[in-house]
Parts: sequence; structure tokens; C-alpha cells
Amino acid sequence: MSSVAQEALAPSIDLGVIRWIGFKTIVIREYGRIIRIWGQTIVPSAVTATLYFVIFGSLIGRRVGAMGGFDYMQYIAPGLIMMAVITNSYANVVSSFFGAKFGKHLEEMLVSPLPSWVIVSGYVAGGVLRGLLVGSSVTIVSLLFTHLHVQHALVIVAAVLLTSVTFSLGGFLNALFAKNFDQVNWIPTFVLTPLTYFGGVFYSVTLLPGWAQTLSYVNPILHMVNAFRYGFLGVSDVNVWVAFTLMIAAALALFVTAVMLMDRGSGIRE
Amino acid sequence: MNSLSVRGLTKTYKNGVQALKGVDLDVEQGDFFALLGPNGAGKTTLIGIVTSLVNKTEGHASVFGHDIDRELEAAKACIGVVPQELNFNQFETPYTIVVNQAGFYGIPRPVARERAERYLKQLQLWDKRDKMSRGLSGGMKRRLMIARALMHEPRLLILDEPTAGVDIEIRRSMWDFLREINARGTTIILTTHYLEEAETLCRNIAIINGGLIVERDRMSSLLRRLNTETFVFNLRNSLSAAPKLEGYGTTTLVDDHTLEIEMAKEQNLNDVFAVLSALGIEVLSMRNKVNRLEEIFMRLVEGNANGRGGVGADSGALTAAAARRQGGHP
Repeated sequence: MSSVAQEALAPSIDLGVIRWIGFKTIVIREYGRIIRIWGQTIVPSAVTATLYFVIFGSLIGRRVGAMGGFDYMQYIAPGLIMMAVITNSYANVVSSFFGAKFGKHLEEMLVSPLPSWVIVSGYVAGGVLRGLLVGSSVTIVSLLFTHLHVQHALVIVAAVLLTSVTFSLGGFLNALFAKNFDQVNWIPTFVLTPLTYFGGVFYSVTLLPGWAQTLSYVNPILHMVNAFRYGFLGVSDVNVWVAFTLMIAAALALFVTAVMLMDRGSGIRE
Repeated sequence: MNSLSVRGLTKTYKNGVQALKGVDLDVEQGDFFALLGPNGAGKTTLIGIVTSLVNKTEGHASVFGHDIDRELEAAKACIGVVPQELNFNQFETPYTIVVNQAGFYGIPRPVARERAERYLKQLQLWDKRDKMSRGLSGGMKRRLMIARALMHEPRLLILDEPTAGVDIEIRRSMWDFLREINARGTTIILTTHYLEEAETLCRNIAIINGGLIVERDRMSSLLRRLNTETFVFNLRNSLSAAPKLEGYGTTTLVDDHTLEIEMAKEQNLNDVFAVLSALGIEVLSMRNKVNRLEEIFMRLVEGNANGRGGVGADSGALTAAAARRQGGHP
């Protein structure tokens, strides 16, 4: 009997190995997708950031003057980087996972022995990867316009990772529930974009009237952007520890929800 | 140990459709097994539950002893599935698709690359390995799904209509390939609408209809039960109407030069020729009308739908068995 036959009759199943190799495969596949369509995944955010720096930073920013003790361009740079990380982490997972669901090739993973938490982790890692790639490209663009001083490197890394994980999970949940491409776009258009623009990317919330400040503190993106800005500039409109607590709690809650929904087959199984 | 064991499996969809009504089924290790049934009979739902693409309503299923409720990952590690519908990323290359699929089953990348070459070559796709998959022909896409399902060398291979839309030459080469896989020890469950395919390849058979297994037997035993056969006679001269032949079954004039005659097993062809000759009908050539399994299948399915009929002398037993499984009366 051939080796194939023997393997077919008495295989050993090492679930740990399957999970690890399976996770790496999802990440490699996601990376391949990001690079294959780089014109859609990486370039647009760099172009948008350049326009923001030219218009808001260079043209309008000169008249705005100092913000939080820094020149305007320097003040908005961390927010623009974070904005790119948020939108790209979210967009990567929502489009990739929904595309797999829509094209039915998600079934390749669903019939495999990979548990839900590995599939979720793989897609999230893909979202983080794109978030970091795009964040890096926007950082390079911002260095063409202003100087960035790193005050707290660990805070920067932790904030960007936690934010990216959180929004990747958000994208995953969106894709899980979406039944068509319209529903893929609803959350980014009607929720994510307003929250990002009101999340202190372009201004300090201290400029707002009291009620608007209070309302802003409910916006999770305000905490993420300010934690990240604190890493660069050493100033923040929010308590950084509170911001990190919120980010960790949000990431955990979203991860558990995503895995539970996957296990139940919500949106993916009949 | 059975490759697949299913007990009391039911599935009711949200829209109220009861696709499975309590299916019991065992498939032995190493078998080449046909699961047949008309469209909407429940075949794909049954496969979907076993491969975890569909949530079951009730019942149990295990793969090589791994219960899908308690050891789902281990059960799925044993299965390779070729679905009815295309379900690979059409924007990826065949090579990427099969290598990634191996990864989902924990096959290290260097091993996956070796296997990709082996299976893509065996299924005549190696030349197309770096082309975009959406550009492949229908037959190539089907073969790609077979190659993908084999990448982790599963113990149980489930093929849901694997040769649909594939030309006869490639279909026959796929049959040889599947026989080879089965000979190496892989259990194969095949659903197909080409009954000749099931008759040629499979040793055991189950027929599902209306969400129930209405027949489960060895292929040879089932075929033996058929007690009539239809022959097609090509005639030298044209006829305007089918002649009435005493003692024979249905006689049909297909066209003015082609006559079909249904015959019982115990009737011999010499007598038919004699009768036809006596009527002045000259036969140029003759052939069997359909493969035997198709005839049995139609009788079982139609008999089941109408609550009557069956297969030849055993039709009563078959219909009774089907009715018992449905909890009704024969």
C-alpha cells in the first residue's frame, strides 16, 4: 500500500499545528490580496493624507495658528495617521470577508478544521497588517510636511495596534451581517466617517462648548486618536489610561462577539 | 469503523422547508458510495451538515468516529469536499487556491507545494497553474475543485456532482482518477445526476427522496432487482404506428424507423425477433435503451412521489420499506 494510502487510513490529527498553519495561511492570503490590489488598498489613503496636509495643514492651517501648543500641521498629523489606520483596518476586513462570503469561497475555510477564533484572528491580523502598511505610508507623507517627535513609543505602538484590532473586528462583524454591498458601505459612511471627523482629528475638543465636549467623550475614536497623539506630542484631551482601558475592553468584547456569531453560523450558515 | 455514520438527521430551514426528515445512513470505510436523488431531495443539505456548511436541526453525524457536535475539528480534518457550486476565489490562480487550501488543513507550505504540483498535474491543470481561475473552462474549474479537496489527502472524499458540465473524455479520465484514489484507501461518497457514473464507479448506493433514504443496498443487488429492460430496434422500413405485441410490455414508436419494446427478464430476444419478423418488420440493429440504474432510480423516485410503483418483482418490498421509513403505510 502506498504512503498516501497509509496516511489516508491512519492519519494523526494535531489540532495545534492545524490552527497555527491555518492562521498563517489566512494572513499570507490577506497580505497577498493587499499587495495584489495595492492601488485600492494602500495608495488612496496616502493621496488623501497628502491633500489634507496641503489644504488643511499648509493653506488653511497657517491661518489657524497653534493648536494644543503645536503648529496645526503637527497637531493633525497623528490624527490623520490614525484616521487612515481606522478606515483601512475596517475596510480590509469588511471587504475581504464579505467578498469571500459573497463569492462563496469562505466555504473553503468553513469546511476546514479551523475553529472560528482562528478564522476571526486571521482576518483581524490581515486588517491590522493593512492598517499598519497604510499608517506607515501616511506617516511618510506627513514627514514631508511636518516634524514628528516620538514622546512615548510604546503608547504609539499599543494605541495603533489596539485601534487597528478594534476596527478590524468591527469590519468583521459588519461583513458577517451584511447581505449585500450596500450594507457593507452603510457603517463606514454613516457611522465611521462622522465619528472619525468628530473624533478630534482636526481639532482639540477643548474648543467645543461644554455639551459638545461631553458628547465627544462618548466617541471611542476621540480616545484612540488622543492616545496616539499623546505618544507623539505628549498632549491629550482625554485620560490616556481611560483610553487604553476602553480600547482593550472594546477589542475583547468585539472579539468574543465575532467568535460567538461565527460559531452560531450567523450570516454564514443556513 | 464507518467513514460516515448518520442517525436521525433532520433539517428544517427558516422558510419551513423540511429538507431532511430523519436520515439514517452508514458508509463503510474504503467504500465508493453513491448518494442519489432528484433535485431538492436533500443530498446537498445532508452533505452541508456533515461538512458544517449547514446547521442541523436534530440528529447525529460522525466521521470516522468523530462526532460533529463534540469533535467537529477532528471530523472536518478527515473530510475533503467538492461542492456542487464553484466556491473558489475566481481572482486567484489555481496554484494559490490549492496551496492555501492545504494550509487551512495544517499542511506545511513546502509539502503543500509538492502536492499542488502532483494533483494539478494529475488533473491536467499544471499548465494553467498561474492563470486567473475565472479564465478556466467549466471542466477545468471542476477539476480544480477536486485537486483542492485532495490537498490534505482526506480519508473521506465527498463529491457533489463533480462531473457536471464536463465532456465525456475528461469525465472518463476523472473516473479513472477517482478509482485510483479509492483504491488507495480513501472512502468516496458521490452524488451525481449521471447515473451511468454511479453504476460504473460505486459499490454501494443510497437513494434519497423527499428528505428520506428510500433505498440503501449494494449496487449489484439493486440492479438485480430490475426485472424489465427496454430495447430500441432500428427498422429497415418505416412504420406509421407501434405494433401491438401480445405478452410484451409497452411498445413505443419513437420515430417511423425506431421502435422501443419493454421486455421482462424471462423473455428472450429470439422470440421478439420472431414476432417482429412475422409482422413483416425487419430489424437493422438493436440496443439497450438506458442504463439499468436509471430505470430503477426513476421507478423508485416516481413510485415514492406517487405512493406506488417500485422495482420489478421487489417493487412492493421497496415501496413498503420507503413508506416505513417515512412513518407511513405502504
